[in-house]
Order: sequence, then structure tokens, then C-alpha cells
Amino acid sequence: MNQTPHTNKDNVGIVSPQTLHFSQPLQLACGQVLAAHDIVFETYGELNADKSNAILICHALSGHHHAAGYHSSEDKKPGWWDSCIGPGKPIDTSAFFILSINNIGGCNGSTGPTSINPETGKIWGPDFPPLRCRDWVESQKLMMEHFGISQWAAIIGGSLGGMQAMRWALEYPDSLRHCVVIASAMKLSAQNIAFNEIARTAITRDPDFHGGRYLEHNTLPRQGLGLARMIGHVTYLSEDGMMEKFGRELKAGNFVRGRHDGVEFQVESYLHYQGENFSSGFDANTYLLMTKALDYFDLAREYQDDPIAAFSNAKCQFMVMSFTSDWRFAPSRSREIVDALVAAGKEVSYAEIEASHGHDAFLIPIPRYMDVFQGYMQRVSDELKNLSQPSAIPGDRHAL
Amino acid sequence: MRFDLTLIQPWINPSSRVLDLGCGDGTLLKTLKQEKQVFGVGLEIDADNISKALRNGVNVIEHDLNTGLSNFQDRSFDMVVMTLALQTLRYPHLVIDEMLRVGRECIVTFPNFGHWRNRWHLSSKGRMPVSKFLPYNWYDTPNIHFCTVRDFEKLCEEKQIKICNRLVVSGDHPLNPIARTMPNLFGVTAIYHISR
Repeated sequence: MNQTPHTNKDNVGIVSPQTLHFSQPLQLACGQVLAAHDIVFETYGELNADKSNAILICHALSGHHHAAGYHSSEDKKPGWWDSCIGPGKPIDTSAFFILSINNIGGCNGSTGPTSINPETGKIWGPDFPPLRCRDWVESQKLMMEHFGISQWAAIIGGSLGGMQAMRWALEYPDSLRHCVVIASAMKLSAQNIAFNEIARTAITRDPDFHGGRYLEHNTLPRQGLGLARMIGHVTYLSEDGMMEKFGRELKAGNFVRGRHDGVEFQVESYLHYQGENFSSGFDANTYLLMTKALDYFDLAREYQDDPIAAFSNAKCQFMVMSFTSDWRFAPSRSREIVDALVAAGKEVSYAEIEASHGHDAFLIPIPRYMDVFQGYMQRVSDELKNLSQPSAIPGDRHAL
Repeated sequence: MRFDLTLIQPWINPSSRVLDLGCGDGTLLKTLKQEKQVFGVGLEIDADNISKALRNGVNVIEHDLNTGLSNFQDRSFDMVVMTLALQTLRYPHLVIDEMLRVGRECIVTFPNFGHWRNRWHLSSKGRMPVSKFLPYNWYDTPNIHFCTVRDFEKLCEEKQIKICNRLVVSGDHPLNPIARTMPNLFGVTAIYHISR
């Protein structure tokens, strides 16, 4: 039998998601309370005896708990961040215990708009409470307590995940030693919010949306959600990257004179496929909720809009990475994070990776990205060996 | 460790904040962190050096010095160091101004183009010097702004920059007492500790 990717030495192999039920109420930033909730999660690697090697992965807009490995031997695609998580990879499962969860509000098993509202016995749908990044941090904190972890070796996230990692550093500065922020920003630009609003409008104007109560009508706003994904997808790529990947190649038809065959460019076919694929597997209300959380995030809002004041609360070390062709979370947004951290007297490193893949680059094993990521994570794992006092947090003594 | 990096360490105070422009693989900052508990940040543009610095446990920020230091606040570091990078900059004089804005004090080291060997090479062969220390051809060199000890001191005078300390060395050892009287002729590497 051929060796399948599921048994290669460089991935975590077959993994199974688990579910935890939290019966304590979760106070949300919007003022509402989630009486109880479920979290679906996966773990990779082994938690060490003093529980000092734990890493939390925060997912982005359409991400979920399945970050690495395969669910079965028939599984064609590995988890969404398999490029970075596994033995010998930057987030090395032979050194770290990695926790990857599906955030509340999601649609992959954790409590969200498709769950039953215990008060009404009906599906939450559009009535699910609006969430902010800090709500995810609070629910992730409950997971941390469940595992008896007193301090994360690192919290790592790309895009919206990077926002959660930064929020952790401000809300619970003693709870993490390293914060790795990839292709993220301290807040979205107006253009970024605009793209999200176009995507949301595509969904809410779908006749099958029914004010968000599509499940009660036994239907799905597939057209709208598919269109939203197509728009999103274009913005996550770059012009050069799309030209490299698709060029002007035709999927069907031709331009022979005297004939008219229906012409379809490869890029059209690809976008339609992505849209249709997404619209059958993702919940529209979750998409609305996640994009709004992304829009609402503003790291320094509670700190008089001063990011230096905000980061002054942090005690961990930071690694920030960006990608040259990413125009939704441009390198300049990452550089703002870095400059504020330097001004706040924090330990920070930064790399701007040359890549043509746009925002999606953070998911792709670009050699320099992997090298930089691995180099930094090596530091995180080296530190584990010197961790005799759990309260020793590097960086603290340097605060201005 | 490179000789100029060894020599500048006594000028850096324990537990101070150091910004190293063109930090290379982070050797200086790593040593300062271990021996003087210095809080260091390095700026570097070369990908290999950035990876090495990360593995050396040094804070390193990918940054092109030719874009200036406007990202950094006034007086946010005790010492700003730039070793053997001055001659590679598009506007060295502006970067020195910026260094003195960001740091209370600065250390600058550079290859002295006034060294007798360069003068001899140019006068006898009539061609730009190529040597062990300056191994590039004129048309393909990162070193676009060579200066001499005298040039640098003239610039400091014009800009009213205070020279706190000066060391001029011959590559990997100090100059003998006679050569020390003629640093612009015998110095291979010039090392300046400056402030406003």
C-alpha cells in the first residue's frame, strides 16, 4: 500500500475533535450572558508535567478547531494550519502541547447561531448575542483553567486570531510568555470594514436569508454566502498571486473567430467553486457575527486610543509577521503594532515576508516564513528548559 | 567577536536600552543581554541575519535604515549603535541626526577610507581599493558613502555633535602609540562615541 499523507512523519496523523461543556455563565461584552456553552477542540502533542509547554491557537474568520492532521484515513485535506503545526514544523508537536478550539459563535460544533437557545428551545439564529474579541479570550480562559494551565508558553494567531492573541496580552498579561501575531492589525481600516459590509450585504439581501431565520424556513442563503466568500477570497489574494495562479487561462470555451463557445476563465471557475463549497459548509449568521467582531476590534479603544498605553500592560514577548502582498492586513498595519510595542518598551521581533499570496500567505509554507517562525518558536521551546520559576516573565523588568 | 564590537561594550551601561542599527546576527546584543542585562532591539534588513538573530534570542525588527528612524520616538533608547553600516547608507548624515534624536548617546563605527593602504592603492594604481576589509568592486558594492576619520569629525563639527570618545584601530588590534598620533593614516576602523 502506498504511504498516505496521513502517516507521514511531518504531520500529527489522525486526530479526533472533543467537546467540553461549560455550565457556568459567560458574561459577554455586549451585556448579555451565555448561560452555558460547548467548546469543540483538538489537541496536538503532549502536555508536560509542569504544564508549561501549552500553546493556544486562535483561529481567524472562517477557521475552526481542526488546525492540523486528518480526521480519517479517507480525509483528503489536513487541518487549516497543517503547514505550521506538526513534528519538526514551526509549532512543533514534539516540544509543545497545542490547543486549538472552535470559538463560540462558530459553526463547527461550539455554541453558536446554529445551536439551540436553551431559553426558547429554538435555534439561536440571528438572536445569538453579538460577540467581540474579548469574549473569545474569556471563553479561551475557561479552557485554560479546565486544563490546569497557569501560563501559556505562547498564544498564536493570524488575522482575527492575531487580534485575540493581542487582547490576551492586555487582558491577562501574566497568562502568556509569548504572543505571535501574524498578518494582523490593531484595528481594521475603513476599506477593510467596507469589504466586510459588502459581504454582509450579499448575505442579508439573499431572498433565502429570511432575516437570519433561514434554518426555520428549511433553507440556506447559499447565493449570498457564496458571493460573500467570493468577494472575501479576492481580497485575501493579491493581483500578482492571482495572475501567477490563474493567469488568463480558460476553463471552458475559446475565442475562435466565427464561433461563440461559452467562455469561462479559470479564475471564474475557481471563485464559483470556492463560493459554493463555502456556502454549503458555513453558517451565514456566523459569517455575519465573525466579520462584525473583526470590524469592532480596536486594541486601544479602552486606552484613549493610545496603542502605547495599551501595550504598556503587556508582559510577554512579541513576534509579529506580515506579508508583502497582503493588502487587507498590510505590512504597515503590522509595523504599527511593532512601533507601539517598541515605544512601550516591550520585547518584540518583526519580519516582513516576501510573498505573492496576499493575506492567505499566513497559511502557506513559504520557506522564509517557516524559517523565521521556526527560529522564534525555537526560542520559546528553549525557554521551557530554563523555566524553574513559573512566575518569571521575561520583558517585565524592562517596562518603561 | 569582531574587534569593534568588543571595544564599544565598555561604553554601554548595564541594564540600559540599546538600539542596534544593522545588528547582523545579533552577536553584540546577545552578549550585552547576557553580560550587562541590556534591553536590546536590533534593526536588520538581511533575511539570513534576521533568522540568526531570532535564534540567538535577540529582539530583531526587519527594517531598512534608508527609510529613516521615524518609527522610533525621541530619546526612547539610552544608546543607539551602528557598526560598519554608515558607509552603506543613502543619507548617512541624516541617519546620524536620527540616531541622536532616538538615543541619548550613540556609537558609530566605520571603515576609515583615509587609511594609508587605500591612499597608496588609489595613488599608485589609480583604481578604487579592493582589499580584505573592502572586498567589493566599485560597481557592485554596498559601500556607497566611504569617509575618512577627518571627514567624520568635520561632519560632527558642522552638526555640533559632541565626540565623547574616539578609538581608531587597525582591524583586529589597537594602534601603537606612534600610529595613534596619525589615526586618519593608520586607522582601519574608526569607532566614535557621540552625543548632542
